[in-house]
Amino acid sequence: MIVIVNIGMGNLGSIANMLEKIKVKSIISSDVNDILKAEKIILPGVGSFDNAMKNLTDMNLVPLLNERVLKDKIPILGICLGIQLFTRQSEEGILPGLGWIDAATARFRFDGENAKLKVPHMGWNTVKPKHDSSLFSGLLQEPRFYFVHSYHIVCNNDQDVLATTHYGYDFVSSIESGNIYGTQFHPEKSHRFGMKVLKNFAEIG
Amino acid sequence: MPCLLLRNNRLVKTVQFNNPDYIGDPVNAIKIYNEKEVDELIFLDISATTEQRSPPFKMISEISNECFMPVTYGGGIRTLEDMKKIFSLGIEKISINNYSVEKPEFIKMAAEQFGSQSIVVSVDVKKNLFGNYKVWTHSATKNTNLDPVNHAKIMEDLGAGEILLTSVDREGTMKGYDLDLIKLITENISIPLIACGGAGSVQHFADAVKAGASAVASGSMVVYQGKNRGVLINFPLQEEIKRIFDSNNIY
Repeated sequence: MIVIVNIGMGNLGSIANMLEKIKVKSIISSDVNDILKAEKIILPGVGSFDNAMKNLTDMNLVPLLNERVLKDKIPILGICLGIQLFTRQSEEGILPGLGWIDAATARFRFDGENAKLKVPHMGWNTVKPKHDSSLFSGLLQEPRFYFVHSYHIVCNNDQDVLATTHYGYDFVSSIESGNIYGTQFHPEKSHRFGMKVLKNFAEIG
Repeated sequence: MPCLLLRNNRLVKTVQFNNPDYIGDPVNAIKIYNEKEVDELIFLDISATTEQRSPPFKMISEISNECFMPVTYGGGIRTLEDMKKIFSLGIEKISINNYSVEKPEFIKMAAEQFGSQSIVVSVDVKKNLFGNYKVWTHSATKNTNLDPVNHAKIMEDLGAGEILLTSVDREGTMKGYDLDLIKLITENISIPLIACGGAGSVQHFADAVKAGASAVASGSMVVYQGKNRGVLINFPLQEEIKRIFDSNNIY
């Protein structure tokens, strides 16, 4: 059973529906007992970094998630704001992140020719995986996914970077670090490409 | 991208904005489009403004849950609160039509609060007896006498991220887009234009893109099949679109 962690921000219905479509059992929950029993976790999120961290803290989920992810090492997938919460901190807020990945979250900054690029980065864009991985297995060499974000993560450790995407410059659009996975894009809004990514995550071992 | 019309929570299709024909249940239609590798969907509630009611939030939430692609919603938008609520339901973009004419500064407020990227201004255009294009609102029942080029330019300046341009005369006819109109508008704005109204074939898509459209929307073509307009939710294959666009030298 995959638990889609509900931190009270955004609509999680399309993630649950996409998993149902590929016959993967999931529940949307923020209940401690559900997360204790979870085989895998998806941490989605839209909204601001501090709001999300505050909600996780208020719901007493931080120690529990630390235990499940860092100690039990169950696979977790962060989506959009979710991947950013894995980092140490974000330029968007002042609260510390979960800090599972040696990375920080930065705002898109453009100068020169790129100055007219709009933030948020919104729309379909190509994702270039750096190497073979379970998350992108069975997809085209450069699959397309749907993005909506103003911030992106910056990894200190190159090995954590699973894929990059170009918008003004190359930024990290997916990570893999042991049992920790993340996508800056929205698989649940990226039809067959996203469905394959979720299926791959569900099949991780 | 499919442009689907809602009326009382049911999917309908019109011809020149008249005679809504019942197509089916929106959720069933979405399930079919989910299979077809559709990159974006547009839902317009065509009776929200004329009936002076709020957007159908429950329906919008269902749409958002079911769609495995980004969604634009339009119809009955008059307040920032309603927009906020719709975005919180998981909708990516909101299209504003009538209110962009009634209160243009609302577009500025919306763009400032939510970002231009998520604001689409929908412009319905009809030719008058003298062959001049005019902007119409309220499901094309009210002539505003506005010139569509000027209107589109003002909307761009106020912060609209995209223009959804519909030719009322072509809508539902499947005879092809109004290419002159597309050219006229796109030559005068720099934001992307989605062409709507008249698509009957993939070649029509290619024609609209060559005329300057950044994206193309279609209604009849994706809900009807054959000359007798039998209801069949469908979408051209990606290979077909690619083949025809390639043969038109569009990349």
